[in-house]
Amino acid sequence: MKWPMVATIVGCTALADLLQSFEMKRHVVKVEDLRPGRLARVLAGLAHRGPLVLAVFFMAISFFAFMKLLSLADVSFAVPVTAASVVIETVLAKLVLKETVTVKRWAGACLVACGVALLAM
Amino acid sequence: MAASRAVDLKTKLLTLFVVATNVLGNVSLSWGMKHQNAELGLSPWTYIRLIFSPWVMLGTMLLILWLLSRMTLLGWADLSYVLPVTAMGYVLTALVGRYFLGEAISYQGWAGTVLIVAGIVLVGMTPPNTTGSEPRR
Repeated sequence: MKWPMVATIVGCTALADLLQSFEMKRHVVKVEDLRPGRLARVLAGLAHRGPLVLAVFFMAISFFAFMKLLSLADVSFAVPVTAASVVIETVLAKLVLKETVTVKRWAGACLVACGVALLAM
Repeated sequence: MAASRAVDLKTKLLTLFVVATNVLGNVSLSWGMKHQNAELGLSPWTYIRLIFSPWVMLGTMLLILWLLSRMTLLGWADLSYVLPVTAMGYVLTALVGRYFLGEAISYQGWAGTVLIVAGIVLVGMTPPNTTGSEPRR
């Protein structure tokens, strides 16, 4: 029961991030949109964008799966194992979002994932 | 060149904001949940009162800001840039836990911190956005 939960968490987090990245790049929030006068309207607009709503839905599933995992396993297992999502999402960012992932970025993502795992254990 | 540097600066400032709201949100939620007066039982009133306690409300508000600012950042920078760089939040949460909430960090934890910072420095040296869409100035 532990590993299906891990797969759900990592899978749903990756889907949520891919959807957000895809949709936010399609219609970029500009710097001038962040002024107080415009901010409320811009934020309300986000709630009407399908991929973002879907992303929040996947984040919710991931959150509840994480809660469930915490009831099945220790925090010292749950947090390090989900750190793997940094590397998995970097792979997906390259394949799906066509980002340029250089050697420096690969190395950085791996170091960060190992670091998070160590910090959480 | 100057324009792209200004864009980089804005991306970096927003990254700092994303990390700050994440850490402060988590810390104030954690503080609110730990310093509640009542035992968590079956009564729904206890939970409702807890949700409306000042620290929990502040934490929730900060985490909403975190979600929205992170979405905006994902429009400005690559996912493969945002993910490692915002992992700074793990380090700062651990440090805040250590210095303000009296939690301990093991040698292993310090080693993890060093690895995360090294990873962030590496990713930070790459250009934030490689797919073309850039925040206009």
